[in-house]
Amino acid sequence: MLRLVNVNSNYGLVHVLKNVSLHVGKGEVVTIIGANGAGKTTTLRAISGLQPVAEGQIYLDGKDITGIAAQKLVAMGVAHVPEGRQIFAPMSVHDNLELGGLQVYRRFGRKQLKCEIESMFERFEVLRDRQNQYAGTLSGGEQQMLALAMALMSRPRLLLLDEPSMGLAPLIVKEIFRIIEELQSENGLTVLLIEQNANAALKISDRGYVLETGRIVLEADAEKLLSNPEVKRAYLGREQREIWE
Amino acid sequence: MGIQRGSIYALVAIGFNMIYNSTGIINFAQGEFVVLGGLMMVTLTMNLSLSMPFAFLLSVLFVTIVGFLMERLTINPVREPTVLRLIIITIAVSILLKGLAMCIWGKGSLYMRQFTQTGPIEFFGATIMPQTLWIIGILAAVVSAYILFFNFTLTGKCMRACSINRDSARLCGINDRLMVMLSFALSAGIGAVAGIIITPIIQMDYGRGALLGLKGFGAAVLGGLGNSGGAVVAGLLIGILEAMSGGYISSHYMDAIALIVMLFVLFVRPGGIFGKSEEIRLKEF
Repeated sequence: MLRLVNVNSNYGLVHVLKNVSLHVGKGEVVTIIGANGAGKTTTLRAISGLQPVAEGQIYLDGKDITGIAAQKLVAMGVAHVPEGRQIFAPMSVHDNLELGGLQVYRRFGRKQLKCEIESMFERFEVLRDRQNQYAGTLSGGEQQMLALAMALMSRPRLLLLDEPSMGLAPLIVKEIFRIIEELQSENGLTVLLIEQNANAALKISDRGYVLETGRIVLEADAEKLLSNPEVKRAYLGREQREIWE
Repeated sequence: MGIQRGSIYALVAIGFNMIYNSTGIINFAQGEFVVLGGLMMVTLTMNLSLSMPFAFLLSVLFVTIVGFLMERLTINPVREPTVLRLIIITIAVSILLKGLAMCIWGKGSLYMRQFTQTGPIEFFGATIMPQTLWIIGILAAVVSAYILFFNFTLTGKCMRACSINRDSARLCGINDRLMVMLSFALSAGIGAVAGIIITPIIQMDYGRGALLGLKGFGAAVLGGLGNSGGAVVAGLLIGILEAMSGGYISSHYMDAIALIVMLFVLFVRPGGIFGKSEEIRLKEF
């Protein structure tokens, strides 16, 4: 469904992505793991059109989408939940969802938008109770739910998730991963996931990539990555705990 | 007298805020929008003798188009927009517009009759010109329309979303460039309204833009950049302060006193009276 071919990208003079190639099949959950600064976020930003691609191509369903602006890609079914819960804090939860559903409004009108918001409330009950509150007053977990709900409002086929568990309590992390799994199995949503919590992410993934200083160094099934000693040492931190014990 | 001028500063400040919120820059051509609105209104009513409401709409429309063209021709094509570059462009546009206005309308100040031809009204011992009521009424109407637009329409919410977090807004499918264009057009329209309602009182000429713009900027800063409620209060405050200092101290220092107060506030509270200090640290200047 999604294919990156030798994608290169820079921040000014810093060469961040070096010939990154990866693919995500329809209905798959794929995780990219890697250390801080490896280029995980940049990869997602390049896919969603926020970060200019210097070289290489990005294909969505076989169509070249390199260089298409972010606001247009949303209409093509790509939703990106950026790192750090980038919601519109001084606006109400309801307004946030409305903006998330802009695509629905443009295509089907206000009535359908209301229906969609209602169905989001069914999935995320917390948000219904808080719909008139400012989004910035929500707790971290609720904000992440809102960010996820906003992305889902655009009816995506491909969901890009950037560190959905960052800074959240373990219980909420569990809940978020449960929702991602649910979306994938029920709606056949394709998910490309970035996580620091590599362990939890790989458990719900089909495949994974390891990104190191802007290069893909490893690609394997999620289970294989989970048992790979090199990956364990660098990203899962299990061996270290064994040493301690 | 103070409230009249204050209302104008408030409207100019709202225009500043609108563009500041969508692009992060100060549009120094805002004063020129005010002048163009006023001058156009004079031509339409006094020379072409159109009816007041019709001329009003036409002038606002005209300046809105000027704002739209300004964004399309000078802001949008910039390849790497930085705050400083864009600000310098707005200064250039303001000089250009001032020059054009001088060529078209000449150097003299133009007279325009008041909106309604009734005499002054007595009100608790104060004498009020009917035009003052018009000004206050129109300010109230513009502010309410502004609030309704930004809080209850989807387009308004999109514009706010864009100013809060541009990347997130784009990920929702909002065309940020379109929002910038819209903010220029709208703020030009608001500037025109200000120019039109003040012209019967101060007699418009081509060179007034700079000072009107500066005072409006003062109001915007005083109220906290980007905070439009604050801008209205601060605008009225500056206007009243000016009138008071004109009456009690000397009318020669009228302009200076308002600006001195503004400077003082900036020394003590750089975020403006209503601005939050944490917020100002995050802004670009």
